[in-house]
Amino acid sequence: MMNKNISGAEALMQSLLAEGVETLFGYPGGAIMPVYDALYDYRDRLNHVLVRHEQGAVHAAQGYARVSGKVGCAIVTSGPGATNTVTGIADAMIDSTPMVVICGQVGTSLLGTDAFQEVDVVGVTSPISKWSYQIRRAEDVSWAVSRAFYIARSGRPGPVVLDFTKNAQTAIIDYEPSKVDFIRSYDPVPTPDSDAIHEAARMINNAVKPFVLVGQGVELGDAREELRAFLEKAQLPAGCTLLGLSALPSDHPLNMGMLGMHGNLGPNVMTNQCDLLIAVGMRFDDRVTGNLKTYAKQAKIIHFDIDPSEFDKNVKVNLAVLGDCKQTLAAVTELLDPTTHQSWIDGFKPYAEKEYNKVIDRAVHPKDGPLLMAEVVSRVSEASHNEAVLVTDVGQNQMFGCRYFKFTKGRSVVTSGGCGTMGFGLPAAIGATFGAPDRTVCLFVGDGGLQMTIQELGTIMEQGSPVKIILLNNNYLGNVRQWQAMFFNHRYSFTPMMNPDYELIAQAYGIKARTVVERSDLDAAISEMLATDGPYLLQCAVKEEDNVLPMTPPGANVDDMLLEIPQ
Amino acid sequence: MAKQNTDCAACGKCDQPNGVCPEFTFYTFIIYSENTPGLLSQITAVFTRRQVNIESLNVSASSTPGVHKFTITCYCEEQMAKMLTKQMEKRIEVLKANYYTDDELFIIETSLIKISTPLMLKNREVSKAVRLHDAKIVEVNTTYATVEKTGITRDILSLYESLNKLGVVLQFVRSGRIAITKSRVEHLDEYLAQRELQRCL
Repeated sequence: MMNKNISGAEALMQSLLAEGVETLFGYPGGAIMPVYDALYDYRDRLNHVLVRHEQGAVHAAQGYARVSGKVGCAIVTSGPGATNTVTGIADAMIDSTPMVVICGQVGTSLLGTDAFQEVDVVGVTSPISKWSYQIRRAEDVSWAVSRAFYIARSGRPGPVVLDFTKNAQTAIIDYEPSKVDFIRSYDPVPTPDSDAIHEAARMINNAVKPFVLVGQGVELGDAREELRAFLEKAQLPAGCTLLGLSALPSDHPLNMGMLGMHGNLGPNVMTNQCDLLIAVGMRFDDRVTGNLKTYAKQAKIIHFDIDPSEFDKNVKVNLAVLGDCKQTLAAVTELLDPTTHQSWIDGFKPYAEKEYNKVIDRAVHPKDGPLLMAEVVSRVSEASHNEAVLVTDVGQNQMFGCRYFKFTKGRSVVTSGGCGTMGFGLPAAIGATFGAPDRTVCLFVGDGGLQMTIQELGTIMEQGSPVKIILLNNNYLGNVRQWQAMFFNHRYSFTPMMNPDYELIAQAYGIKARTVVERSDLDAAISEMLATDGPYLLQCAVKEEDNVLPMTPPGANVDDMLLEIPQ
Repeated sequence: MAKQNTDCAACGKCDQPNGVCPEFTFYTFIIYSENTPGLLSQITAVFTRRQVNIESLNVSASSTPGVHKFTITCYCEEQMAKMLTKQMEKRIEVLKANYYTDDELFIIETSLIKISTPLMLKNREVSKAVRLHDAKIVEVNTTYATVEKTGITRDILSLYESLNKLGVVLQFVRSGRIAITKSRVEHLDEYLAQRELQRCL
């Protein structure tokens, strides 16, 4: 349906509605003002959340996308507005998060003149985005927006940047909607190869000690059910990557735990004992593999992925199964022989027991001493019946959060995996409350990361976003301090941190807050937090020099995990 | 890539001259893309990010309307060559990327050598070298002459070195290579036909 005589800015509003956008995270400024002027008339249809810094807008859009599966959308101005989104764009790229960032840009006549607030945004963002495009004519708005959303959400999702020049925002055009669902140079969902499917099934049927690595691809492909059927039919034990944690319920009997540097002992050790490693929608990050020279050398490897550039990138595989894992897993499952691998599965138990006795029990059930991060995470998870969305910042809070939070539902982990962006947590949690309004959103954040984007408390105040902020305050940049203790001879170079009174800060923003120092107060405080409508800041004064364990030291073999810090 | 203090321009490790490095192979990448602005920097970034130096680069329209062809050469290991092609194909507007060794291609490069006319007239060896190398003089005036030589790198460099030894060279420029495949199958046409089929589905 054509819409006569509207501005490029209004064409953007109509295009966003056509793409099903409901929520936008943004911050106005000079070069995006015509868009904000148009938005003023669309407030009833487009919910714009005013953040307090553009970095907050992109991380909120990421949080929104991760829990909802929809494309997150951020709108910012040119120059510094756009460059402030760069971290979030890079983060969304490496974590495959669908997002469209719309930046204002100076008029085309000023491009390349070093005009006020002009930055070469396409040049800056091209290498870190899935697609980056400058809209120079209002006539292109409809096409560019549709193409942007198609690229962001299809195949392996990722961030797309639209650099929207001011003259294209103001020019008057006859708007015609477009629908891009085909780009000849872009094949987002390659057709599965039936030979590969059969070969995968044959290899799995012949395996004696198969082990599955579950990645975020299972969540992105909405293939949780297909994964379960696949695992259960042939009784395949599995470990999950950081971003794949909620792809399989934590209490599933075949879920052996988390992979990676601070993952569980069993899945890491057994990676180097299995005879067939089956990777699904994961990318063999160095934090998962440790030393590549010794990684799963005894095993044949099958890799399911939608992105062909992931095959043989870090780990050479014997069989690549290209395609959407929702289809490929289902197709392979049909060909699997129902079987049990009982003695192999039982082999994980001693490692789980060893880790429980040496690490988990004392972290979750300490008898005395200061509060520990692990026990706080574990108690919050239990109190929310393991149904909440876990959002973390980066550092020890993230590792303890991901180790000790339990999951029963999909799309429940929002954390900055590949990029490791401190300051991600608070805005991402805000976005998650919009993406999953009917769920409890629990953010675990440290005193370092909270202060990197603490201004977003203003957004929480204004929106009443019901983020449960659990501040694990140890007065240290804890993860760096742990590394300094382990690898830099305890030289705590600029990791101790003087902190403000966070309760007072929360109070200034009208956010209910409470501090827990004593173990005996913890459960009551958590209950109060979860019973509170709206936001809540629970500050936990945790042990200052606590360490995340077990740990595969950087570059060490995946099965050489430390259960305690060597003295 | 740090390559100082060694003869090998490819791996930076061995002491073999160019072209016989046991570690690295000289590959030619042929990349077809939509004709979109900004793609050149995206493609070169795929190489630079992985510490691979581009030896030569040529970009021009291809025989298919609207499709651009990049011809890029570099030294690398085959695994890297595979990764580079996949990473290039990952860019939205790239249609197809392949890598080849020299024996799979017809290759041509061109060069221009500006030489001093008075010195050329003084020494008969100069025009003899030009003739021997099957090059041609495309312009002569009282100050300088321009020699054009088209062929493969080795022949071009051989002419240049002969003339340089005679001390007549004022300027020398060599193009990047252009290449067509010896294969009887046109991969791009097949790809485009297959994509058109998928569009209709």
